[in-house]
Amino acid sequence: MDELIQYGPDLAVGFLNNIKLSLIIAVFSLVVGTILAAMRVSPTPVLRAAGTAYVNLVRNTPLTLVLAFCYLGLSDTLGLIFSTEVPLTNSFWLAVLGMSAYTAAFVCEALRSGINTVPMGQAEAARAIGLTFSQSIRLIIFPQAFRAVIAPLGSVLIALIKNTTVVAAAGYTVEVSNVMRTTFDTTGVSIPIFLGIVVAFLILILPIGWYTGWLARRLAVVR
Amino acid sequence: MSASVLFDTPGPRGRLRNHLITGVSALVLLAALGWVLLKFNEKGQFKASLWEPFTTETVWVDFILPGLVGTLTAAVLGAVLALLFGAVFGIARLSDHRWIRLPAAWIVELFRAIPLLLLIFFIWFLAPDVFGGGDYALFAIVLGLTLYNGSVLAEVVRAGINSIPKGQSEAAYAVGLRKSGVMRLILLPQGLTVMMPAVVSQLVVLLKDTALGYFIVYVDLLNMGFKTLPSVYPGTKLVAAIVIGVIYILMAMALSAFATWLEKRSRRSRKTTAGPLEPPGAVPLPPGQPDMGGSVMTQ
Repeated sequence: MDELIQYGPDLAVGFLNNIKLSLIIAVFSLVVGTILAAMRVSPTPVLRAAGTAYVNLVRNTPLTLVLAFCYLGLSDTLGLIFSTEVPLTNSFWLAVLGMSAYTAAFVCEALRSGINTVPMGQAEAARAIGLTFSQSIRLIIFPQAFRAVIAPLGSVLIALIKNTTVVAAAGYTVEVSNVMRTTFDTTGVSIPIFLGIVVAFLILILPIGWYTGWLARRLAVVR
Repeated sequence: MSASVLFDTPGPRGRLRNHLITGVSALVLLAALGWVLLKFNEKGQFKASLWEPFTTETVWVDFILPGLVGTLTAAVLGAVLALLFGAVFGIARLSDHRWIRLPAAWIVELFRAIPLLLLIFFIWFLAPDVFGGGDYALFAIVLGLTLYNGSVLAEVVRAGINSIPKGQSEAAYAVGLRKSGVMRLILLPQGLTVMMPAVVSQLVVLLKDTALGYFIVYVDLLNMGFKTLPSVYPGTKLVAAIVIGVIYILMAMALSAFATWLEKRSRRSRKTTAGPLEPPGAVPLPPGQPDMGGSVMTQ
């Protein structure tokens, strides 16, 4: 217990960095994922193919490789540098870049399968009563797709939060799992520290799962 | 695109507009690709000396293949143990006895919520204290993969068995089978057909997760290909990343393709009336609509 109290502040700073990363990446990946999803359902074959290729490539690559590629490939080799003075700031944005690119593929898949849950009959009925393209999207398709997408987006968010523990691969070493590792290097393994971090993650993750699950059930479209 | 929820079959004006968008987007994509290639060239990444090592035997025999063996060892051990763990805990969660059901549920929920890398670090540091000195990298990865993916698979098993229509077990009890017989002869065989696609999708996740060995210096594809190899052949980082990236993608895609095939087969299977189970985290589709490959996301 003493170790947890002694190293608590360091670990707390690390955990806050995980939360900060999660929030920024969530915003970026939602934007990019929406664009990708729009590409994948567009009537333009070129855009559809590009979206599909991106999603299949990124989804089948380990996140660790994506992040290490951003760090050692993009930054070290190709010279993509966000901050020349502070290496940690540079790695922070590299981590944001890599994880947003990775998470966007999953956001895209969640959104697209949400659109696929809307039965054809709904669109046909909308056209039959004379709604225009934008009206049928706004009033019929999107509200139903949005509801189907809540729970999967919740799982993506949870996975994203858990995945922020991997960003040390991009050189961002001040997040909680790496802080735990360096602490273990000096003090040896400490069960209280591990359990403390686990509890912190549980407190963050479980409510998200419950809330999105509850919301999805509450708003579920009865078919 | 006539079968889309979003778009009508385009008329003459719509077709013209689509052709225009096609042209413009093709140009934009080509420009982006060209810019990337230009950047690569600017930094001299197309120099033959950087790519040449990957055509030599030593690079493959000394670095990439041993790494691949390490990755596959971890993946296979992890997959087998995770399947066992998932089967045991999935069925335990369906137990009629509260003292079995509740602890199983806690364990499954707990290990699903712990970030895998955190768990692997903890096992890696804990193992020498418990079992004495030695190299516990493989042990930590396999145990971590087993606990995490096993917990996810336990949920898949539970959902698979729950998806079998109630009439099946009722009929089985009615003809005089016991609880174990109902599970073994009626529910599990049907449940297996239903859950196979989701199980294989989770195994893809497990395969990708083996790359976490990078952090605990386990001799896997990522470490050999991305750390050791570029240190022997300076400057090949980017090229090496592309080569091992392609290997990872091919392995994962082959497994995903297998999952899709299983799903198609299970959809037309007459062994059970229940449809195939969605991978964990995917959106359930209305019946009769083709699935476009739901996704599971972790690492």
